Amino acid sequence: MSPSSASAPWLTVRNGQCVDQAAVPSVSSGGFAEHVVSARGRGGRLAQLFGRRTPEGGVMLYAVVAFDHAGVLELCRTPVESRGGEPPAYPCLTAHWPAAQAFEREIAEQYGVHPLGHPWLKPLRYHATDNGAPAPWGAFDSSKPIPGDYPFYRVDGEEVHEVAVGPVHAGVIEPGHFRFQCHGEEVLHLEIALGYERRGAEPLLLHPNAARSALVAETIAGDASVGHALAYCAALEALAGVNISSRAAAIRGIALELERLANHVGDLGALCTDIGFLPASAFLGRLRGEFLSLTLDVCGSRFGRNLLRPGGVRFDIESELAAALRARVAGLQKEVQQVLDMMFAQSSVLARFEGTGVLSHEQAEDLGLVGPAARACGCRRDVRCDHPLGIFRFSHIPVSVETTGDVYARAVVRWLEVQRSLEFLLEQLGAKPEGRIFQPPGALRPNALGVGLAETWRGEAMYVAFTDDAGRLSFVKAKDPSIHNWFGLAQALRGMAISDFPLCNKSFNLSYAGHDL
Amino acid sequence: MLKILTTRWKQGHRTTRFPLELPTLPPRFRGRPVLEPARCADGCRACADACPTGAITTDGGLQLDLGRCVFCTECVDACPEGAITYSTDHRLATRRRADLVLAGAELQLADRLADELHALLGRALRLREVCAGSCNACDLDTNVLNTVGWDLSRFGIHFVASPRHADGLVVTGAISRNMHHALRETYAAVPEPRIVIAVGACAISGGPFRGSPDVCDGVEGLLPVDLYVPGCPPHPLTLLDGLLRLIGRIQGKAAEGVDAVVP
Repeated sequence: MSPSSASAPWLTVRNGQCVDQAAVPSVSSGGFAEHVVSARGRGGRLAQLFGRRTPEGGVMLYAVVAFDHAGVLELCRTPVESRGGEPPAYPCLTAHWPAAQAFEREIAEQYGVHPLGHPWLKPLRYHATDNGAPAPWGAFDSSKPIPGDYPFYRVDGEEVHEVAVGPVHAGVIEPGHFRFQCHGEEVLHLEIALGYERRGAEPLLLHPNAARSALVAETIAGDASVGHALAYCAALEALAGVNISSRAAAIRGIALELERLANHVGDLGALCTDIGFLPASAFLGRLRGEFLSLTLDVCGSRFGRNLLRPGGVRFDIESELAAALRARVAGLQKEVQQVLDMMFAQSSVLARFEGTGVLSHEQAEDLGLVGPAARACGCRRDVRCDHPLGIFRFSHIPVSVETTGDVYARAVVRWLEVQRSLEFLLEQLGAKPEGRIFQPPGALRPNALGVGLAETWRGEAMYVAFTDDAGRLSFVKAKDPSIHNWFGLAQALRGMAISDFPLCNKSFNLSYAGHDL
Repeated sequence: MLKILTTRWKQGHRTTRFPLELPTLPPRFRGRPVLEPARCADGCRACADACPTGAITTDGGLQLDLGRCVFCTECVDACPEGAITYSTDHRLATRRRADLVLAGAELQLADRLADELHALLGRALRLREVCAGSCNACDLDTNVLNTVGWDLSRFGIHFVASPRHADGLVVTGAISRNMHHALRETYAAVPEPRIVIAVGACAISGGPFRGSPDVCDGVEGLLPVDLYVPGCPPHPLTLLDGLLRLIGRIQGKAAEGVDAVVP
């Protein structure tokens, strides 16, 4: 399997690269689906599919297909226009490549573009279209208050019952609605309706105050601030043609892995909470906070806010601070190891994790999963390894893979990643790379697009940033990895007991805010 | 079993002694901003222009609205005179929205609930959290208070699953249009008397998302708020300090030194 040959209508770009918008090859809207789906046959993965309004009032669709083993992305586009009074439409991809399902719903909801033949064409986030055109399911009615008015898939039959949960849940968590079709304890089907966290983030990424734009990128999914900021900076630095120093790159890497550690350690603890194994739940809940405190020491924010900006980082890790952090990381390594060794040695823990919420490798590939959820199904993909940028070009973190696709696999992948991130931190906090931590990025290249990817702790975040002829940002497409994975959670629940839902949900731990934007 | 016990023994006791002792905060921690308007050059509005959330105004003297502030230091970098700095003072919560506007004078920290409410809720406060368009950071750092490091329940404060069992709401997020209805319904389901606590810049003013047509710019005007906890997100210590002031376990002014702790 290899990327396309030079003659094919695809443009090859790399993470952190910028190209002229006009260089992205255009195909006809009628042949778009076939063209994009053919990339799957060459080993491609659908990384992003999005629409953008053209100055002429039409909509341009862009597909970004990742060839992870070759470390490249391929881009193509197609214009969709309304003809003869009919709404704008194109033959859908989803029927042939399920990974496109959420993206095509997003496009339909944003611009009223019909993906013909889409098998699951329903609202994604509940809002009016950007251009006032009616969505395929009808015009948005703002007088209807909530996204709960939704055409749920429904199973009928004797003893079949329905369970509705959310948007306000029992715990202190984000809002979403879960609708279960059950037969006794068994879940026949779970449908997840989101959109409650919709804040309209993408237009704010174009805010004339650059600090506001970066702040919005950091708060698209607030528990993955560093990961999002990293992808955002990569896209903007590509447009500005700025190379950050190795010192800034190392500090970014340290912040990214601290974020991963806090979340993975917290998730492993939360998995234990959901199965009632309270010792590990209590220990890991506290240890999560220790990693947040390390980030606080670096930049004054437990969530790494205000650290990464296009051009570098705003806070240095001087040798004294590096030594202090390194000593604390070494201590935490012992503590975490001790608790996780104890946890994974408990037969009661393993009995609840193993065989729960299984997704097959084929399902994961079909749905285009990313991050630990994909790696738990044997999909070898990790931006740090496949599309390395910054420090990850020089310091390689092995990809952690499991094969069973169950809660156990998703826990083990996190455990392995915790160990590898700790080793990375010990190495990086001992190194003393040179360079200025920040240099103003300067003017952006006009009429160009820049692409930035980062492996957040949940998986691949992506920013595609467009400029106009004056070199101002004209459109930014943000992607949180969760948009790939929510459908995976729904599929993993089929045939499970409904009481396993909290455990399965936590094993994915997806972002509602990141999905809803 | 033996392994669990050994690990338990090695983990030791890890709950902070706050409010009797203050946990150490690192030098880069950004707490209450300190304004020195005397340093401002005439007509200079560098800080106001740099602020990403419009928290600073300079017309009629330097003012900083903690309800909008995301504690990002853009103003510190922009000011040529050093008129704005961040202290490591974690105490930020207030009872009134207007008290969040800093103008150089002392910050009017939250005082205790009124006598009748205090008698009812001072020793047992049950809260229902509603996340309504947050990025999840406020929610996560609210949850942190339930970990063994903070052990919120020792103060009689608990987060509960049902609004029917709650004495009040903790609201996070800019109040997305899509959560507006659910928030109102949840509030209606809390029996009276009830309180509302707005946590984070989003809930107080819309934060980074202020002005977006998809949000209501926070809870102001939608629900009556009893406690404002600024930050993006607030440090757990800031939130805990605010809660303890509300139930009268900490009393005192924003002056330097240790506040009075009520046993």
